[in-house]
Amino acid sequence: MPPSDPHSAISRPPRRTRTLETEVLVIGGGVTGTGIMRDLALRGISSILVDKRDLNAGASGGNHGLLHSGGRYAANDTETARECMAEGDILKRIAPECIDACGGLFVAVEGDDPEFAERFAGYCSAAGIPSETLTPAEARELEPALSEKIFAAYTVPDATIDPFRITLEQVNQARDAAGSRFLPHSEVIGFALRDGTILGASCRDNRTGEMFVIRARQYVNAAGAWAMEIARLAGCDSVRLLYAKGTLVISNSRMAKRVINRLRLPGDGDILVPGGTVSMLGTTSDKVTELENLRPTVDEVDRNLAEGIAMVPALASARFIRAFSGVRPLLMAADSGIDGRKASRGFALFDHKDEGLSNFATVTGGKLTTFRLMAEKTSDLVASRLGNTAPCRTAEERLPIGDALRWTTPGFAARYWFSRKDPADAILCECEMVPRSAVDSIVAEAPGAEDEMTLRAIAVRSRVGKGSCQGSFCGIRVSSYLYDRGIYTSPAGLGHMRDFFAERYKGILPVLWGKELPQAELAETLHCGLMGLDVAVPAAAADSETGDETDSETGDGAGQ
Amino acid sequence: MEFSQNRSYSTRLAVIGSGLAGFSASIFALDRGIIPYQIGNTGPLAYTTGYFDLLGYLDGAALADPWAGIARLRAEAPEHPLARIADTAIRAAFSRFCGAVTEMGLSYTVSGGKNLNALLPAGLSKPTLSVPATMISGVEALAAREPALIVDFLGLPGFSAREFAANFKAMWPTLKFARLGFPEMETGAEVYPEVMARALEVPAHREALAERIRGAVREAGEVAFVGLPAILGVHAPDRVHKDMERLVSLPIFEIPTMPPAVPGLRLRELFEQALPERGLVLAPHRKVERLELRGDSAILHFTDNFGEVTVKAEAVILATGRFLSGGLAAERDGIRETLLDLPVEQPETRADWYREDYFDPRGHAINRAGLLVDDAFRVLGRDGRPVSPRLFAAGAVLARQDWVRQRCGAGIALATAFRAVEEAAALLQERVG
Ligand SMILES: Cc1cc2nc3c(=O)[nH]c(=O)nc-3n(C[C@H](O)[C@H](O)[C@H](O)COP(=O)(O)OP(=O)(O)OC[C@H]3O[C@@H](n4cnc5c(N)ncnc54)[C@H](O)[C@@H]3O)c2cc1C
Ligand SMILES: Cc1cc2nc3c(=O)[nH]c(=O)nc-3n(C[C@H](O)[C@H](O)[C@H](O)COP(=O)(O)OP(=O)(O)OC[C@H]3O[C@@H](n4cnc5c(N)ncnc54)[C@H](O)[C@@H]3O)c2cc1C
Repeated sequence: MPPSDPHSAISRPPRRTRTLETEVLVIGGGVTGTGIMRDLALRGISSILVDKRDLNAGASGGNHGLLHSGGRYAANDTETARECMAEGDILKRIAPECIDACGGLFVAVEGDDPEFAERFAGYCSAAGIPSETLTPAEARELEPALSEKIFAAYTVPDATIDPFRITLEQVNQARDAAGSRFLPHSEVIGFALRDGTILGASCRDNRTGEMFVIRARQYVNAAGAWAMEIARLAGCDSVRLLYAKGTLVISNSRMAKRVINRLRLPGDGDILVPGGTVSMLGTTSDKVTELENLRPTVDEVDRNLAEGIAMVPALASARFIRAFSGVRPLLMAADSGIDGRKASRGFALFDHKDEGLSNFATVTGGKLTTFRLMAEKTSDLVASRLGNTAPCRTAEERLPIGDALRWTTPGFAARYWFSRKDPADAILCECEMVPRSAVDSIVAEAPGAEDEMTLRAIAVRSRVGKGSCQGSFCGIRVSSYLYDRGIYTSPAGLGHMRDFFAERYKGILPVLWGKELPQAELAETLHCGLMGLDVAVPAAAADSETGDETDSETGDGAGQ
Repeated sequence: MEFSQNRSYSTRLAVIGSGLAGFSASIFALDRGIIPYQIGNTGPLAYTTGYFDLLGYLDGAALADPWAGIARLRAEAPEHPLARIADTAIRAAFSRFCGAVTEMGLSYTVSGGKNLNALLPAGLSKPTLSVPATMISGVEALAAREPALIVDFLGLPGFSAREFAANFKAMWPTLKFARLGFPEMETGAEVYPEVMARALEVPAHREALAERIRGAVREAGEVAFVGLPAILGVHAPDRVHKDMERLVSLPIFEIPTMPPAVPGLRLRELFEQALPERGLVLAPHRKVERLELRGDSAILHFTDNFGEVTVKAEAVILATGRFLSGGLAAERDGIRETLLDLPVEQPETRADWYREDYFDPRGHAINRAGLLVDDAFRVLGRDGRPVSPRLFAAGAVLARQDWVRQRCGAGIALATAFRAVEEAAALLQERVG
């Protein structure tokens, strides 16, 4: 384990510590961090992005994937609602391949406040959100799964977005535009500071335990819910966050074509969002004090269902394949006097000037829908500090569509396979039709590809493990293939398999009942009885020893 | 033309379930001159490795001597089904069952005093008591670290000879690996073990494959054994195996593969064919829909292609397995037994079913849920007394065991079926006498 005081660890770095140099260090590989990496690159600024785990390991992998029309905020935050509309339009232009413009409905169910329901149309038009009023019968014709007990319904231009694909595309574009790099499993554990300047960030490679230093001219903290921790490492107390854990549950079929929102103030189980062939119901919201070891619970799943069933009764008998959780950072009331400007838009950008730092910025809060704007504002600050006057181009520049970037989109692998008709390109994951060639391209060139890529890393970059078997079968097949390719060469490969199943299990556990449970029973029989992973396998190589890697899997939600 | 008729039969002993517990119960009953009526739905029998485990692990540690393990269970977990059965009965169950399977044409090793260390597909091994004759050379080759060539096939997913060799490398460095195209199935498209196995029942295919294996052996250098995924025939594996060894001129062993796999298929097809020849009345691939317990009998209801059937039985053995087989069902609010809603010993709430860590060596509480029985393997009711003198239970449906983690699937199935039959026979005897 590293020394407990991170500052002492780097104030006098040991002689042979590896040091990387870059213009900007961006901390946090979610949509915001990768968005900043891309934004800077398009201005000609090169960066290194680090994540202590992997891309979208935080909230960006643990959300609904709802590209909000703004309808949800129309009632009490017109500005956020407008912002959602505007950003949604931009994303549809620059990354249409990541978006399913499925549309959405707001519905009020018997027992909901009829006056609130009535005022909804007015709120929408005030925020510039095109909305149509439907009779309950019309709504049920559009979405037959809706309850007979709805009494009001409106259409809104909601859409869904694949947060994994957009993240991969941003990293890829940054690499191509400015040679920027992404380093997975690299955790920032401290900063070396002198005279109001950060001289270097001390990092730990969580696979090997190796310590190294990254020196940059500017440091950006885009660590989402972890932003307070990172700010404190730099001696800044201005970032004050509370944490709200949200849990969602995924059904194994798509229950509705459109996004279905409950027409009332936000609560448990009030949004049902489609993602390819599945639907996601969420979300609960519970204050938590811990960011690690986050896992969905039986109770959270039951609470979502209890509410969701009122909107969509078929949820009562639906089969669920997985639950997952993410943490929303809640910004504590704009603590006047401190340089943090709590923007009305729900995100905050801190320049930390009042705390005496000249090359550190923190951005946190916000939404998936508005991440591009967050990245723009942050990059404006960083660029100006670097004396770079190039304008932001992220709203115009198209995101790239690369071979290794497209495997996270539901249904893509199947279409690809059927169009190629190459029987020798065997399917490794039968639920999601992921062929060998997909694994080949990911291992060769996906952002963050490593020499001995873990199954979990491949799963983040594809649909492997996201179908109805949740990886129980394909995990075995993909591993065999990786051994065949000579990528795995020792029992460490079995360790990766064990890790992958253990991680998937966390999301499966709370939805085990009915038809799902026998499948889990079979999976355990295979993993233990046939594969021997419970007893005979060296618990995963470096990963588990260093802690974080195996502990806290939040998400990989949206689009699953 | 449509048939629809109600047919009623009566039997002395009805067996519900066609897993190892159900089939072995029928074998043990036939041994005693009782002709059972067995109704069983398709189940996970076809998924098994083919190994018959007695007891392989306790508390995450491998057991070389399963009998010592059972002695420990008697001291530490006396409610474990295996702990409640005398060694002599367990031995008799294994030797009778392995003997019967061998007599019917699928040879198994004689179950002995010690566990064998048998091969698993990913390059690990596990303790088991009896293995098919087609697999025993693998146990020997591993024990002596003999140079062996492991062969896999183009298009066969989930079994990689290279993986097998890579994971065994440290303890078995003389392993070599090769990939072959299976004759006439070598486009690279997915191939299935069952199809390959049926193809190898034809001599010409064996010759073609053997020639390729000989080529691979020549290239591999010093090789004393050849290992293949389990594909050596479905109906006559012993013959296919011997013939392949003759053609290749080396001892050959099979390695179990992912389901649906050939070793389990062999057992299922063997039982379904050979047991009726020995007198068993078998309704295969049928599900008992309702079971009524009456004062002097039990009535089973099921449907076949010609309509409804009722079977009146003097004794019933419930060998319906767990969740995967449908003997137990897990609802959001609790676990139920599916035929009679018998009381199921289970954790208090759903949140207690599973542990946080998937691979926790202590296993999950839900896997120990199940039916409780008395020492005569009669199912206990809510009052703690037998529900009926004629209702027995055997196999995985029983509580207080974790056959997956403890590697005691066949052990539980065979030993409890043996005891249930013994007690059912005593009951039937009484009624006659
Ligand atoms: C349950 C839930 C549902 C949501 N649904 C929606 C929705 O439908 N629509 C919508 O628009 N928004 C939604 N959101 C909000 C949205 O997901 C977030 O606003 C967005 O993903 C935040 O992205 P981020 O990059 O800022 O943070 P994150 O994605 O959390 O990224 C932070 C990263 O920092 C890394 N990190 C932490 N510490 C360190 C360290 N020391 N060193 C290196 N790296 C570190 C973490 O591993 C993590 O990957 C939802 C949020 C939650 C929790
Ligand atoms: C993948 C896998 C690998 C295995 N590997 C091994 C191994 O290596 N060694 C080993 O010893 N064991 C192994 N086993 C376990 C073994 O095959 C048995 O599952 C176990 O011994 C339990 O047997 P059982 O007969 O009690 O239950 P099951 O095998 O579960 O059989 C129960 C039967 O009851 C039937 N049934 C249920 N309800 C009804 C109804 N209402 N009417 C009619 N029929 C009904 C089901 O269809 C099924 O056929 C393995 C099992 C699996 C799934």
